[in-house]
Amino acid sequence: MVFVLRSLWVVLQHMFRKRETYRYPEEKAPLPPRWRGRIVLARDPDGGERCVACYLCAVSCPVDCIALQATEDDQGRRYPDWFRINFSRCIYCGLCEEACPTYAIQLIPDYEMSEYRRDKLVYEKEHLLIEGPGKYPHYNFYREAGVSVGVKDPGESREEEPPVDIRSLLP
Amino acid sequence: MATIWIDGVSYEADPSRNLLAVILELGFDLPYFCWHPALGSIGACRQCAITQFRGEDDHQGQVVMACMTPAAEGARVSIDHASAATLRKSVIEWLMVSHPHDCPVCDEGGECHLQDMTVMAGHTYRRSRLPKRTYISQDLGPLIGHEMNRCIQCYRCVRFYREYAGGHDLQAMGTRDRIYFGRYQDGPLESEFAGNLVEICPTGVFTDKTQARHYTRKWDLQTAPSICTHCGVGCNINPGERYGALRRVRARYHGAVNGYFLCDRGRYGYEFESSDRRIRVPLAPRGEQNQAEELSVQAAVTRVAKILTSSRRVIGVGSPRATIESNYALQRLVGADGFFHAACAEEHRSSLAALDALREGPSRSPALREIERCDAVVVLGEDLTQSAPMMALAIRQAALAIPRSVAERQGIPPWHDAAIRESVQSARGPVFLLSPAPTKLDDLATRVYRKTPRAIAAAGQAIARALDPQVPALAGDEMDRAGIEEIARALTVAERPLVVAGSGTASEAVINAAANLAWATSAAREDDRAAELAYALPWANSAGLSLLGGAPLDEALAAAERGEVDAAIILESDLDRIAGPGPAERFLGQVRHAVVLDHIAHPTAARADVVLPAATFAEGHGHLVNSEGRAQRQMAVFSPDEPIRESWRWLREAMMLAGYDEADSWTGAEAIAEAAARDHPALARLPDAQLSADFRLGGAKVARAPHRYSGRAAAKLHLNVLEPTPPRDNDSPLEFSMEGSPVLPPGKIETTFWAPGWSSPQALTRFQEEIDGPLRGGDPGVRLIEPAGEPFAYRDVALSAPSPELAPTPVVAAFGSEELSALAPGIAALAPRAFLELNPRDAASLGLADDDVVSVRARGASARLSVRLEPGRAQGTAGIPLGLEDIPVALSFAGELITGS
Ligand code: SF4
Ligand code: SF4
Ligand code: SF4
Ligand code: SF4
Ligand code: FES
Repeated sequence: MVFVLRSLWVVLQHMFRKRETYRYPEEKAPLPPRWRGRIVLARDPDGGERCVACYLCAVSCPVDCIALQATEDDQGRRYPDWFRINFSRCIYCGLCEEACPTYAIQLIPDYEMSEYRRDKLVYEKEHLLIEGPGKYPHYNFYREAGVSVGVKDPGESREEEPPVDIRSLLP
Repeated sequence: MATIWIDGVSYEADPSRNLLAVILELGFDLPYFCWHPALGSIGACRQCAITQFRGEDDHQGQVVMACMTPAAEGARVSIDHASAATLRKSVIEWLMVSHPHDCPVCDEGGECHLQDMTVMAGHTYRRSRLPKRTYISQDLGPLIGHEMNRCIQCYRCVRFYREYAGGHDLQAMGTRDRIYFGRYQDGPLESEFAGNLVEICPTGVFTDKTQARHYTRKWDLQTAPSICTHCGVGCNINPGERYGALRRVRARYHGAVNGYFLCDRGRYGYEFESSDRRIRVPLAPRGEQNQAEELSVQAAVTRVAKILTSSRRVIGVGSPRATIESNYALQRLVGADGFFHAACAEEHRSSLAALDALREGPSRSPALREIERCDAVVVLGEDLTQSAPMMALAIRQAALAIPRSVAERQGIPPWHDAAIRESVQSARGPVFLLSPAPTKLDDLATRVYRKTPRAIAAAGQAIARALDPQVPALAGDEMDRAGIEEIARALTVAERPLVVAGSGTASEAVINAAANLAWATSAAREDDRAAELAYALPWANSAGLSLLGGAPLDEALAAAERGEVDAAIILESDLDRIAGPGPAERFLGQVRHAVVLDHIAHPTAARADVVLPAATFAEGHGHLVNSEGRAQRQMAVFSPDEPIRESWRWLREAMMLAGYDEADSWTGAEAIAEAAARDHPALARLPDAQLSADFRLGGAKVARAPHRYSGRAAAKLHLNVLEPTPPRDNDSPLEFSMEGSPVLPPGKIETTFWAPGWSSPQALTRFQEEIDGPLRGGDPGVRLIEPAGEPFAYRDVALSAPSPELAPTPVVAAFGSEELSALAPGIAALAPRAFLELNPRDAASLGLADDDVVSVRARGASARLSVRLEPGRAQGTAGIPLGLEDIPVALSFAGELITGS
């Protein structure tokens, strides 16, 4: 009997506590920036596409829901010709983001992706590519890499010496 | 066998090998860079360090390079000992100090030996914050990318390019840490074997440029064992497919044929598969109002069946670039006497004569890697670097056989590349070349003779006669006695002499003279053995087609001329390309109906009644027989979109509808191969070329795709949100999927060549029975032709009468002469311009100068060519480019110069 009364007392107390649930959709939960939701493809600080179509996100994806095709422009800069994520398969594990060497692919705090038709959950590059750098404002892969691809001249990446003169005989 | 101790455990080892090879063969992981089984050891990279102990009680030991230490009896070594392990770790860290931050955009990534070795040595993070040394990379042409920042100075590239493949224009330049591997200036690499740098270089300095615009990682490629379709050598290839198109071709190791390498025609010719000339649906090119009309499968097959039933005499034109299966189906359809070859008379006769010679006499046709071990070589007429490139590469190694054996007699182990080179210096040969024009092998020849094809045959016969007086004499040999005797002596004293010829001289006499020469050696030699005899035939299945039998195209044209043909079924060939547009158009006008089966569109197809889309080598199953007489199986790399299918399947469907009951029994690729084997005793062993379709490993088939194949839940979802089931393959032990037996399959059906810790092509050591030996479980393919032995009758060398005309000799180009590879943009960009090549004296007597334009004519075909003077060309010959710029093949073999008017 005493147990029953104690339980009722606890329930009664909760009636005056702050509510844990939200009146969604009128009211939305504040999400931490590292919350793993909808996936985007970001741009680098120069405004260029960050994704270099290296396929690392695709291979790290445990449900194989990322597919893309690499191509390159006349300067040799790699980018995805097309990029597709099947969000009806995605488990929002964030492994793609972790694998991405360029901070291109990012999971962002947005979960409002419900659709009545499954094929609407197949996102193409035009649905994924955003205008800014997303969570990582400063990183610029092509300014770290050894390839020039029209972004800079040889030897102009961070921590690079100017190209050697192979004809020099100086010791 | 020697007993050696590795980390305290004893193993049996072959003392003629180095410890690195032995350690890898035993399955241990030991990082290395500069060693390569085909190149040997030079001890340059200091990566393969191990600790060697003086005896059981020595615990300190000393660090040695495994690749430079013989597996001597009683050797005690440790891989894990701290001193060696630390050195290995440091060496790779030094190599990486200037390495760029490139893996994501580096085409080597995912199959990079440097990545593998870095991880194997125990590194995960970069510690160095020093600024990196950089280079300016070069433009090396349409096939190969160059990114020098990634170089680790292992020297493999120059060792392969210069020493192994005989190239001149790639060098190590500069001093100290500025060493540079490249050309003296930008420009395409000149060697026909440059593409092998992509696989030889352990880093991403040299990459496959054709792949760059549709780049795919190794783990995403679907692969199956296949055979190169671009010449008669029959190199084994690993084509990789993604999203329904070929992405690249890599060498597939074969212990007896091509070893580790390919020529660039074979490596880069694959892009014809996605050329915009592909035929992908059945067509009626001359439909209503001459408008091309697409047909349904049903309609197309019905039309063909109607043509078959309504025509009195149907002939078939078989193709030396189509499989045995497709040619066999066509031959059954039209009957043996209605079966013709898509080859002009000269090429047809040469192929037939070559196969007869290999079957009738005592000489064996060596496999490519047996050619490498021959120690005296005579080449009659053929420009091998252009017509059968990998055979030329093998002869390059054969030229080193004697100099190397001298080195070995000095006590130098065969793997000790640096010491061997020191000993060999520039010694080569004996190699004798008789040819109408300069060839790229000239630089290694003991002696070079420039002769007309007629004189080459006569000289061959004269040498044969010097070896065996029973060889019938011929008038017209212009070769000096001393030369004859020199070659005869070389063939007599050699351990393993070799005679090579091919169809490239347009002369059956040369083929026969080569056979006589090879056979005659048996009379002069103490061991009574005849020299080996290798022929270079032009097409991937020239030999197979000749084994089926049939008459040349010219006879089909003649039959049509006589009005004896009602319908022609033309298999995978462009008659315009062979006979010329005039004769081909005439032929197609004379036959009432024509059906073309092919995968690329061409003028002949445009004039047919029905065109059926055939599968390419990557899309279908079938067998090819190479010049050696080895039957090899191509397995479909991917399943093509409907309605593309193998030519024989189209023929079968039409035949079944037209009431040819036998086609019923060709239920699959294996059933038709078995039928061909039953009908043609020469093909009896065809089904043994590969494992059969019911082969299972632990109850499962073998996956074509690697286990980390990505994106299957997204790849095709733009078409339909329901993921498609992968197509089934009932014709082979492979599956079109990443799902298959977890057990490692036998080497002959291995698809990914990946082993834990080894993602690069160097993983191969895990798939060989012994290093450089056959694939685990045996190499694929069966030899269909073995020599008959004694007694034999010398072949009749019928020389044409000497004529004042210039003898037409085809000028073959490695890039451009072969029909399919010439459709690949990279190859097309390197194809030479078409010229009429003349000796300046001949030109002078004809009153011709450089750049004059001359008409060449043969059998109703003609072309206009501008003259190029080539002082190296034999007088009395006219070099006519083969297959370049739409010049009909018949002209190259039989063209007459029309001058004066
Ligand atoms: S991992 Fe990043 S850079 Fe690589 S393909 Fe994916 S999104 Fe692009
Ligand atoms: S060579 Fe290898 S380690 Fe170097 S960037 Fe390329 S993939 Fe990375
Ligand atoms: S380019 Fe490649 S093969 Fe040549 S030295 Fe550098 S790393 Fe070695
Ligand atoms: S030699 Fe012939 S078969 Fe070998 S790769 Fe080259 S073209 Fe292909
Ligand atoms: S592999 Fe032994 S030193 Fe390079």
